[in-house]
Amino acid sequence: MTATAIEVNCATGEVTERSLTAAEIAEREAMAAEYAAQKAQEEAEAAAKAAAKQAAQDKLKGLGLTDLEIAAITGA
Amino acid sequence: MPNTYQVISSVTVGSGGAANIQFTSIPQTYTDLILQVSARTDEAGANWSEGRITFNGSSSGYTNRYVLGTGSATSSGSVGTAYVYGGRGTAAAATSSTFSNSYIYIPNYASSNNKSISTDEVTENNATAALAFFNAGLWSNSAAITSITITPNTGNFVQYSTAVLYGIKNS
Repeated sequence: MTATAIEVNCATGEVTERSLTAAEIAEREAMAAEYAAQKAQEEAEAAAKAAAKQAAQDKLKGLGLTDLEIAAITGA
Repeated sequence: MPNTYQVISSVTVGSGGAANIQFTSIPQTYTDLILQVSARTDEAGANWSEGRITFNGSSSGYTNRYVLGTGSATSSGSVGTAYVYGGRGTAAAATSSTFSNSYIYIPNYASSNNKSISTDEVTENNATAALAFFNAGLWSNSAAITSITITPNTGNFVQYSTAVLYGIKNS
């Protein structure tokens, strides 16, 4: 799909479809790269959080707590 | 519909999709603006895409503060300074033919004061993963708003996505 911009001129009502300018393409690429980095960071943080939660639950189990008791104190 | 709430312009994306939607030459004869967006994007593997709004082609001076719920979690945060949030789209992994709804209010858009913006957005999905999102934003700029650009953070708006710009008068 070729990237196009839709421009609506509110004064005339004219709607124009045009190719993106070089500046718009550069901005779009930067935005996509920023988003990919942000998404990777969020996924890494979520994975670390899930791993820490599992490790904590395993330690509680090692102390002899049941699943029900673990859920009661962690809300999990 | 009161006569103080008038459609300025509207657009529906065609079969070729759109990388962004721009309203230009916005008349300065209203008090406030309302932008309503119903959108879907082609971002693969995602249930929703961010929508980003900029004014007058500017990519600086913006701040945001948001709260959101995803169906399984909630969070809040802030982001800036290149855009304000608005015009989010349901994305390709969500139930087909579902679209988001965004209601964006921009008071005193023609004034020489900084411009506030509030956004209320939901995406649709016949599953748990759907987003409810509220944002308060500010564009610290004295220029009157004459153009608005709505851009998905990645990918394109797909066919039948729509944006309608309304003008609000106080009399």
